[in-house]
Amino acid sequence: MRGNAFEARVKADGGTELLRLLHERMGAGARPPVPGEVLVPDLTAAGPEGRVARTALALREATGAAGGSAAWTLLVHPLLALEVAGSPAYLEPDAVVVRPDGRWIVVEIKSFPMIDSSADPSKVGAAARQAAVYVLALERVAARVTGAAVDHSVLLVCPRDFSNLPTASVVDVRKQLSVTRRQLTRLTRIDDIAASLPEGTSFDLERCSPAELTAAVDAVSAAYAPECLAACELAFHCRGQARSAGAVEALGRGVRGELGGLTTVGAVLAAARGESTPGVADDDPTVVALRRAAALRAEALESVPEGLEAVSRGPGSVPEGAVAGCR
Amino acid sequence: MSLINTLARLEAVESGRAQPLTTVRHRRLSERPMVFVPLTTAGEAGAPLGALVGTDRESPRLLTVAQPRDRDLRFAFLADLAEALLPHLDSYADDVEPAERNETDPETGKRVKVEVDLCVDAPQLIVPNRPGIDFVRLLGRSMRFRRTAEQDPDTPYPAPARVPLLGRWLTHYGERARVPGSSLLLAATDLLNRHWATGQSNLEDQHLGALLAWIDPPDGGSGRDAALRAETDRDRRGQLLCPPAGPATDPAFDNRLLAPAIDEYDRARQSLGAAEDGPGADEQLGRLTRAEREIRALLASQARPTWDAVWRGLDLLRELPEGARVADRWTRDRWSFTGHRDRVRSGEPPQPRHDDAVTAAQKLASRETAQAQLEAQEALDDPLVLAGRRLSGEAFIGEVTDVVMAYSESKRPSPRPLITLYSEDRPQLGERTKVYRSLDGKPQSAEFVGREPGGHGLLVVRLTDRMGRGKEPAEGSVPEKGERIAWTLFEHDQRGGPKLPSTEETPWTHGGPPGVEGAGAAPAGGPVAGDAGAAGPVLGAVHLPESRTPADDARPPSPRPSLPLPLPDPVTEEDFL
Repeated sequence: MRGNAFEARVKADGGTELLRLLHERMGAGARPPVPGEVLVPDLTAAGPEGRVARTALALREATGAAGGSAAWTLLVHPLLALEVAGSPAYLEPDAVVVRPDGRWIVVEIKSFPMIDSSADPSKVGAAARQAAVYVLALERVAARVTGAAVDHSVLLVCPRDFSNLPTASVVDVRKQLSVTRRQLTRLTRIDDIAASLPEGTSFDLERCSPAELTAAVDAVSAAYAPECLAACELAFHCRGQARSAGAVEALGRGVRGELGGLTTVGAVLAAARGESTPGVADDDPTVVALRRAAALRAEALESVPEGLEAVSRGPGSVPEGAVAGCR
Repeated sequence: MSLINTLARLEAVESGRAQPLTTVRHRRLSERPMVFVPLTTAGEAGAPLGALVGTDRESPRLLTVAQPRDRDLRFAFLADLAEALLPHLDSYADDVEPAERNETDPETGKRVKVEVDLCVDAPQLIVPNRPGIDFVRLLGRSMRFRRTAEQDPDTPYPAPARVPLLGRWLTHYGERARVPGSSLLLAATDLLNRHWATGQSNLEDQHLGALLAWIDPPDGGSGRDAALRAETDRDRRGQLLCPPAGPATDPAFDNRLLAPAIDEYDRARQSLGAAEDGPGADEQLGRLTRAEREIRALLASQARPTWDAVWRGLDLLRELPEGARVADRWTRDRWSFTGHRDRVRSGEPPQPRHDDAVTAAQKLASRETAQAQLEAQEALDDPLVLAGRRLSGEAFIGEVTDVVMAYSESKRPSPRPLITLYSEDRPQLGERTKVYRSLDGKPQSAEFVGREPGGHGLLVVRLTDRMGRGKEPAEGSVPEKGERIAWTLFEHDQRGGPKLPSTEETPWTHGGPPGVEGAGAAPAGGPVAGDAGAAGPVLGAVHLPESRTPADDARPPSPRPSLPLPLPDPVTEEDFL
């Protein structure tokens, strides 16, 4: 709710405040925008395709106009299309500004505060990844417009300190761009995933029974990692599967990297206990290190004085005196 | 995560219970910790909703903000928080013991010992999790630049009297929490995660309820099942049985329970305003009170489980005996507390928005030193931590099999005995690698001479110090045959880096410049210099921060504005914190 109010405030008045900030941070020597002379084209059209076409037209016009009259153009909520895994996805940036020299700049408005010119790094990172996707989609449009170029820095607008006054910062998204580009080319196409599913699989929430849905979800393989928990509603389901399969990834991606060829909890613990695992050599460096780790851990736990044994095995069984003694 | 800790996690997966990572407790737990469970409005930048605070687990003090967007209510909350926290901090401030501190004499430049007071103990603040620590920092930042009506009669929205002071203390605690091994401000999840390995990932370990379920399942059953229940179980109204430990609340709670309650409060307040002194006023007042009570009850229902969980976590931690070197680190915390007490008492302005270059470099260096010291001390205090270092070849345990007396080849030969050790560990020793052992709490160093030819695991080291001044080594300073000794390849004590120049001696890029009037006006207090420079007469004229209010410009320019009040934050009709 606060996000919307803040965004409205930033864009109010024909975007005067927004363009002032943009000129200040990314003006590149252009003439400052004059309130009232900024072009704000109407982007309404029927259907997403219509809006995408309308946006492309507006961008083309703005770029053409920029060459001669040195005007600033503000596109509020343009609609862009980007092909993701073989199907079109529609994206709606908060704003795109066309600078008088014909450069397109993505503006991302967020409601988290920038306190003393710095904001929460994880939130800034998320905003940068989001803006990079917009830049990518804009580049597809710019490729067909002469004299157009998309800036690889975006303008992040946030509330300043604890107020609702806007402040802005330039964020370089080149790294996020190359990562997103690479990920998009590596994505398995939706058609291919669909082709691998059994005939008649459906994810329709209304028509399928819970059992059918579960079977349908299970038919798609998932690469679960704990990071999924923050992003995906199916994460608990995938986690349950990963745990019951004993996959070590359930403990984190780093853990998997540490354990080399041993991919299940059972295999790792067996190797640590000195049992042979089929497919993994006994002198495998990971196995050797695990055995040493297990031996060192056991030795250290044994060396703990008697009274503490209870604690190390699981608290709750310590006599009351021990607790009182610590206070 | 080291392999040995990964192994502990996997053991926890198999057994369904958390496994110990340590055999002792590596952090100080105060006898009377102040526990602080804050709640904030989800989706807002951090407008406080309420908090449970106190030192008595049976009767926490509940502070609430019925309408988080109302500035007056928020200020009232902060004033109450100051009332709850500051007396606790004050109660430690005057119990002092004499101590000595090294200082540089400003005139002669020599190091001299100065007799100062050191607080006997320091107040400890415990929050449920890491976002709680961030929230403490945020609260501190939001309060320390506020102005009270007394400081500045023209300030548009004056803060209650003690609020800026609380802001300075919370800022100090938030900064101190960044120093590795410090115990002034601790998160319960960090404490538990340091001492136990659960069968879930680091990310899931940030959930206090799930973490406790792994360590101490309520019915003694499987920790994994209990953790899953803590994460997902909801009651008939769709509310989590184990609400998140905050500061952000569960969205289901916000939407279904809290938002309607706040709406009702707003409506009640409006009708009370409309009724004025009319016949219905009493009735409307009653309605308002009921709405307020309802919000209090809702917030208590979210914070109380976390409050109890924090105390349960502290109980579990108290069962572990304290590590031998924890007291040493706590002394540093006491110095930190005493230092800030002195700065507040001498009337210094609040901590600046940005550290100047010298202060930032000093902080970074001291945190690096503290990190290395913490790692060394934990390994020396705890065989289980040492095991991890042994695995990585940074330490080894050896049994003495032979001692041969030898002497240095100087004019006055000093003892340099050769010790032969048998060790199954595989330390990464090169020629003349220095190794250290702990002798009566002090490090004794030796250097690696070589491996015994033919003998597996036989190492020879030469002792190099702590054997006294005489020709014969002091008694007990040379190990005897059969002794088992832990040696480390890392140093036990950390020396600080080189001294950094004072602000006045740094170039303009770092807060100087030398020889310019403006820089000389900066007080010697170091941490203050960043803001003082900006508000000083010379720099201030060139570089006017946009938030300067007319009141600031009207202040008569003094030749030496030694302690200027920093600029307040911009204040708008609607703002947060």
